[in-house]
Amino acid sequence: MNTNLRRALSAALVTALGAGGLAACGGGDGSGGDGDKTVTLVSHDSFVASDEVLAEFTKETGYKVKVVKGGDAGAAVNQAILSKNHPQGDVFFGVDNTLLSRALDKGLFASYEAKGLDRVPGALQLDSSRHRVTPVDYGDICVNYDRAYFADKKLAPPQSFADLVKPEYKNLLVTENVKTSSPGLAFQLGTIAAFGEDGWQDYWKKLKGNGVEVVDGWEQAYNSRFSGSATGRKAKGDKPLVVSYASSPPAEVMGAEPAPEEAPTGVATGTCFRQIEFAGLLSGAKNTEGGKALIDFLVGKKFQEDMPLQMFVNPANQDARLPELFTRYGVKVEKPATLDKERIAEHRDEWIKTWSSLVLK
Amino acid sequence: MAVPLAFFGVFFAYPVASIVSRGLKDGGRWQFARAGEVLTDPAIGHVLWFTTWQAAASTALTLALALPGAYVFARFDFPGKRLLRAVVTVPFVLPTVVVGAAFLALLGHGGLLDELWGVRLDTTVWAILLAHVFFNYAVVVRTVGGLWAQLDPRQEEAARVLGAGRLGAWRRVTLPALAPAVAAAALMVFLFTFTSFGVVQILGGPRYATLEVEIYQQTAQLLDLPTAAVLTLVQFAAVAALLAVHARTVRRREATLRLVDAARTARRPRGAAEWTLLGSVLAVVALLVLLPLAVLVLRSFDGPDGYGLAFYRALGSAGAGGGTLVVPPLEAVGNSLAYALAATAIAVVVGGLAAAALTRREGRLVRGFDALLMLPLGTSAVTVGFGFLIALDEPPLDLRTSWILVPLAQALVGVPFVVRTVLPVLRAVDVRLREAAAVLGASPLRAWREVDLPLVGRALAVAAGFAFAVSLGEFGATVFIARPDSPTLPVAVARLVGRPGEFNYGQAMALSTILMLVCAVALLLLERVRTDRTGEF
Repeated sequence: MNTNLRRALSAALVTALGAGGLAACGGGDGSGGDGDKTVTLVSHDSFVASDEVLAEFTKETGYKVKVVKGGDAGAAVNQAILSKNHPQGDVFFGVDNTLLSRALDKGLFASYEAKGLDRVPGALQLDSSRHRVTPVDYGDICVNYDRAYFADKKLAPPQSFADLVKPEYKNLLVTENVKTSSPGLAFQLGTIAAFGEDGWQDYWKKLKGNGVEVVDGWEQAYNSRFSGSATGRKAKGDKPLVVSYASSPPAEVMGAEPAPEEAPTGVATGTCFRQIEFAGLLSGAKNTEGGKALIDFLVGKKFQEDMPLQMFVNPANQDARLPELFTRYGVKVEKPATLDKERIAEHRDEWIKTWSSLVLK
Repeated sequence: MAVPLAFFGVFFAYPVASIVSRGLKDGGRWQFARAGEVLTDPAIGHVLWFTTWQAAASTALTLALALPGAYVFARFDFPGKRLLRAVVTVPFVLPTVVVGAAFLALLGHGGLLDELWGVRLDTTVWAILLAHVFFNYAVVVRTVGGLWAQLDPRQEEAARVLGAGRLGAWRRVTLPALAPAVAAAALMVFLFTFTSFGVVQILGGPRYATLEVEIYQQTAQLLDLPTAAVLTLVQFAAVAALLAVHARTVRRREATLRLVDAARTARRPRGAAEWTLLGSVLAVVALLVLLPLAVLVLRSFDGPDGYGLAFYRALGSAGAGGGTLVVPPLEAVGNSLAYALAATAIAVVVGGLAAAALTRREGRLVRGFDALLMLPLGTSAVTVGFGFLIALDEPPLDLRTSWILVPLAQALVGVPFVVRTVLPVLRAVDVRLREAAAVLGASPLRAWREVDLPLVGRALAVAAGFAFAVSLGEFGATVFIARPDSPTLPVAVARLVGRPGEFNYGQAMALSTILMLVCAVALLLLERVRTDRTGEF
């Protein structure tokens, strides 16, 4: 679209709609707002930070943070890629290792080595040579089990992918559609990491034979079908195994009075796939200085300690102290499955397709 | 005509064309080979077939269940009628993820039907159809009922006096008069269900997918713009074909009608037959609309220690020690209302002007314009959202992060409602009334104010109510529009449902209940707002 035509179009619009008012309301928070003193963070819908922490950033640096969100993690990354030439902000937060390669290949981010990066374990730094992205948090997607059910049945809960296809766990697992749900996809990637390119399809055939139920999204799996969550119990869910997060048990306890001895749900630690979320300076950002300051802040202790209870993820910064809810009810996943980010980028779409025709038919 | 055209050109045609052409011109060359590949893919054919037939079935079922309802609401007076009319519109504002949960509680495993008769309907097409009726019942009741209430009953009586039987009189007098409104309602329901997304996924299970789901996948998740573009064009073609059929059937039927004040046509039911009809309509409403709503309300009170206000209290303490919502819910209510009011204003102005232009002029061009106005209903939200993103990204039109974009996107969906509700009534206004006014020296504007407005006022109020409800509950496009951090109620609900823990879920239910209340109250207020009542025609 050439600029002249755009101008003509917008002029026509302005006259037709009497858009003086439009311009007036749009000015205050348009992208051209007081450029130097605002830094804009583009993210997905799950991003939450407490007001106090954001106010802290403003106090330290003088920059106000404006947050712009667009859809789920996948949609937000793709929107950022599409609008690369006219980015919507200065920093993007929320690209994870399953989408990282695509974003890097498209040249979404500019290099910047954050201050305090030395406090982040090397295993999380997936772009350590060029620092186009900075790890901010990580979390694991694992099978959660309903403790009461297995205690009742005097059955040991499953611990690994291999356990899930055993006959004693027949018809107990509910998982999510890989096409529409990110935990569903992470679980599938975990099985690919465990059984390899040649083995994962066989594994899923066995899982299907063992009566795995697939529902569309995490909400439905966890809140309606799972018997271990409070909401699932109310909805008479009858599946004692569900694909969820390692941080779900602490969340299950949150707000409970009095605090229980242990969470009502447990985590099968051999079924985990690790997701790492990154932030990066958008190439073409208007306010690069503010953007850099914001990235430093995101890996800094204050933000990192606020984050777990806001987003239910683990801080990337080793110095950040976990809240009691996590230390008391959470688990430490020692050996999560991982896959090389380039391999994910190369095969992701084809894996999703293959999975759909294998499992949904 | 100029305003609606400019509005649609800039906020619909241009963004959608941008995203589609970017998909088709991948790497600077037109990708026609890709189109062939997509179109001959049997999986896509399968999806298109399912999308079409479930929409047709949903439309038929909705009409069958809701037309008696339209009659009852138009012709009978009964206590609580106004309230009930507002309540049946409430489903419109609820996020599908919440409705899905309510329907699962009724039809799914361990649900009400399961308890009573051991029947499970989830993962069947029946659950999808019933949920579609739940969402669209109000469309029929309001569009058809709105016109029906203004038809002069004396015409039917005259036919009876002249010897026609009850059925004959209805078939020859009332039905032809209603046909355009029925067709309009059917069209809207079809378009809505044709682009159904959440309902199909949650209740049908992952095996069922509509074209909308496929487009969302290709655009938002896979970034396969060429495929998404071809699918969008397929969707357009289907919608265009439908609109052509609709135009053909309706144009021949539209005739001038005698419209009277709605308040004079309703009366208390008389005789056993009429009471039975009223009773059965109320039973359908109770089962299909009130029951799922009641499930949600009940869940919002079903706290960790029995029934109580625990979740509502949690809403009040946002952020402190475990609240996950960054904004206090009241703020979300405020955001939602502000957006919805702005969107309603835009939709009523644009839609009203469009409807006026469509009544005054004839010809092919006008019909094309009419179709254009309906297209947003049949276009996937992700296409519009992503189109905004790449089209409106440079000053002076960089609206991507401006708050006005949200009501604009919502108004896109509201305008077709306004047009479809107002148009049958406007076209039914006898042109001789206007001519008489002109002869008596009234300017065109004055004639419009004195003749059309009183007659159309009611339809406009109905349309505004719709546009308002649509905006209040609109979620699809809003979610893709990056905006300052001021979530609307549906967005806040979806965020809460997406987090583990009983309190999050409970708060989502509590917020949904608040959303229902806000919607019902707003609609009741709208019903009270009437234009100058002349009362005598």
